[in-house]
Amino acid sequence: MFAEFLQYVFAGLTSGAIYALAGLGFAIIYNASHVINFAQGEFIMIGGMSTATMVAAGIPLPVAAAAAVLVTMLVGVALEKFAVEPAKGADVTAIVIITIGASIFLRGAAQVVWDKEFHALPAFSGETPIAVLGATLMPQSVWVVGVSMAVIALLWWFFNRTLFGKAMLATSFNRLAAQLVGIGVKKVLMVSFALSAMLGAVGGIVVTPITFTNYEAGIMLGLKGFSAAVLGGLGNGLGAIVGGLVVGIAEALASGYLSSAYKDAIAFVIILLVLFFMPSGLFGKKGTDRV
Amino acid sequence: MWIRKLGGAALAAIGAIGMSTAAVAAEPVRIGAFLSATGPASFLGEPEKKTLEMYVERLNKDGGVLGRKIELVVYDDGGAPDKAATFAKRLIQNDGVDIIIGGSTTGTSMAAIKVVEPAGVPFISLAGGIDIIEPVKKWVFKTPHTDRMAAEKVFADMKKRGLTKIAMISEDAGFGKSGHAQSLKVAPSYGVEIVADETYSPKDPDVTAQLTKIKNTAGVQAVFNFGFGQGPAVVTKNYKQLGFSVPLYQSHGVASKDFIKLAGDAAEGVRLPAAGQVVAEQLPATDPQKPVVMAFKKDYETAFKSDVSTFAGHAYDGLQMALAAIKRANSTDKAKVRDEIEKTSGYVGTGGLVSMSADDHMGLTLSAFHMVEIQKGDWVLAD
Repeated sequence: MFAEFLQYVFAGLTSGAIYALAGLGFAIIYNASHVINFAQGEFIMIGGMSTATMVAAGIPLPVAAAAAVLVTMLVGVALEKFAVEPAKGADVTAIVIITIGASIFLRGAAQVVWDKEFHALPAFSGETPIAVLGATLMPQSVWVVGVSMAVIALLWWFFNRTLFGKAMLATSFNRLAAQLVGIGVKKVLMVSFALSAMLGAVGGIVVTPITFTNYEAGIMLGLKGFSAAVLGGLGNGLGAIVGGLVVGIAEALASGYLSSAYKDAIAFVIILLVLFFMPSGLFGKKGTDRV
Repeated sequence: MWIRKLGGAALAAIGAIGMSTAAVAAEPVRIGAFLSATGPASFLGEPEKKTLEMYVERLNKDGGVLGRKIELVVYDDGGAPDKAATFAKRLIQNDGVDIIIGGSTTGTSMAAIKVVEPAGVPFISLAGGIDIIEPVKKWVFKTPHTDRMAAEKVFADMKKRGLTKIAMISEDAGFGKSGHAQSLKVAPSYGVEIVADETYSPKDPDVTAQLTKIKNTAGVQAVFNFGFGQGPAVVTKNYKQLGFSVPLYQSHGVASKDFIKLAGDAAEGVRLPAAGQVVAEQLPATDPQKPVVMAFKKDYETAFKSDVSTFAGHAYDGLQMALAAIKRANSTDKAKVRDEIEKTSGYVGTGGLVSMSADDHMGLTLSAFHMVEIQKGDWVLAD
C-alpha cells in the first residue's frame, strides 16, 4: 500500500522536476522584462537535440553538453538581438507574440537542421532502478531533481549576491530608475535571454534520457513549464520548482488513485483553484507595486 | 501550280491530323496526391512523397504507362483535414487528375472522401483507420493494415500462449484511441479479458503511476500498449523499471528500428505485430513477399540513404495497384479504373498479399502481419 503510494510520488517527482526545470526559464526572462518567452520550450529542445546528435556522433557527453549549452545560448542571444530588441518600446504583449513567432521559427529550423525523428540520450549513470521501500526510481530522475536544486541555488546566488544580478533585479522593478543610476538595461535583457537559454539547454540535456527529444519536444515542456511557473508565481524561481512538483505529483496521484483519463484535468483544476484564491501564484509578490 | 498548292495543303492537313493524334497520345496519365509531408504526421507523409516521386520518375524513364508519361501532382496538407479536402478538390477540378493516392492520416483521408466520393474519382488512401473502408465506399480503397488487424494479431498470439487476462495501456490520442476502441471490440472473440485499462498522453515523460496500478491488479497475464512516437518507448522503459514479470505487447505503431533505438535494453522480449517490410531480412526465402520487400528496401535505401519504413511501402503499393488497374483497364476512364482496382487479386506488395472485392476495399488478411519478438536489439519472427 505504502510502496504503491511511494511509486506514485516518484512518478510525480520525475515529471514534476522536468516541469520545474522548464518553468525556471520563464521566471528569469519575466523578471528582467516582464515578457513571457514562449520560445523557452524550444531552448530545451535545442539543448537536448544538440547533445543527442553530438553524442550519437561519438563526442563524449560532457563535451557535447557544454557545446550544446553554448549553441543554445547563442540562439537565445540571437533571438533577443534580432527579434526582441528591434521591437524595443513595443508593448509587452507584442513582444510575447514575437516570442511565439520565434518558437514556430525555431521548430521549423530544427526540422531542417536535424530531422523529424526522435532522438535518445543514454542515462548519465546507468539504467539500474534504485529500490526504495518497495518502490523504484531511475537514477536519471535523481539527476533531474538534483540539477533543478543546483540551478535554483545558483540563481539565488546570482540575483542576490552579484552586482550584475542585482542590476537585473533593479531593472525588473523600475527600468527608468535603473537606467538613471547607470545600469545598462539593454545588456540586462540580452543576458537574461542568454541565461534562460542556458537553463533551457541544461534542462533539455538532463531530461532527454527520460523523455527523448524531437523537433517539437519543446511544445509540451514549454506548456507544462509555463503552468508550473504561473502556479508558483511568475518570476519566482522557487515558485517554479514548487509549481512543477505540485503539477507532476498531482498528475501521478490522479492517475494512480482515480483514473489516468482525468490526470490532465486534475492538474488544471488545481492550477485554476490556486489562481482563483491566490491570483499571483503560490509564491508571487502582490501585484500592486507593478503599476 | 494549283495542283502543287493543293497537294501542299493536303500534306499540311494530313500533317495536322497526325500532330493532333500525337498530342492525344502524349496526354499524360495524371496522378494526384495530397500528403502530410510537413507537420506532426510528416514521418508518414515525407517517405510517402519521396517514394511516389522516385517511382514516377523511374517509370517515366522506362516509357510511362500505356505509352503515356505519368504526371504526378503532390500537395502538402501539413496534416490538416480541411486543407486535405481543399487539395483533393483542387486535384479534381484544376489539375484534372485521373486517380488520387494519398491521405497520410485517417483524418485527412476522411476529409477528402467527402470530396472524392461525389466527384467519382478513384482514391487510394495510405492511412490505417478502418473507417476509411468500412462501410465500403464506391471510390475509396486503402493499402495499409488496420488497427483492428493489429489487435487481432496480438490477441491471437496471446490466446496461443494461454494469456487470457490482460491489461491495456493506450495513448489517449488519435492512433492509440482508435486502436484501443478496436481492441475492446475484438478481444472477446479471442477469449481475452481486459482487466485493467489505463491511458497516457502522447508526450507524458513518465507512466509509472499507470503501470503501478496495472501491476497491482490481480491476475494480469500480459500488458498491451497501443500508441506510437515516444510514448511506447517511455512505457517500455518504465515497464522494465518496475520489474514486471509478464510479457509486454506493443502495436504495429512502433514497428520500426527507431523504437528499439529509443527503448534500448528495455525493448528485449517485447512482442509486436509487424508488416513484412519491417522484417524483410528475416522472412524465409519461400515467402512470396520476400523479393518484393527486399527490392523496395534496396531501392529506397540507396536513393535516400535512410531506413525504409512501412509508410513508404504503403505509397509504393498504392502506386503499383493504381498503375496495374490503369493497364488492365487500358485507359484512364475513371469508372473502368475503379472497377479494375476492385478486381485487384493476388497482388504481392510491401503490405502483404492483396485481394480486393466488392465488399473489401483493402484486401489484406491477418497473414499480412508477422508476430515478432525483439531479441538482442533486432526482430525475431515468433510465429
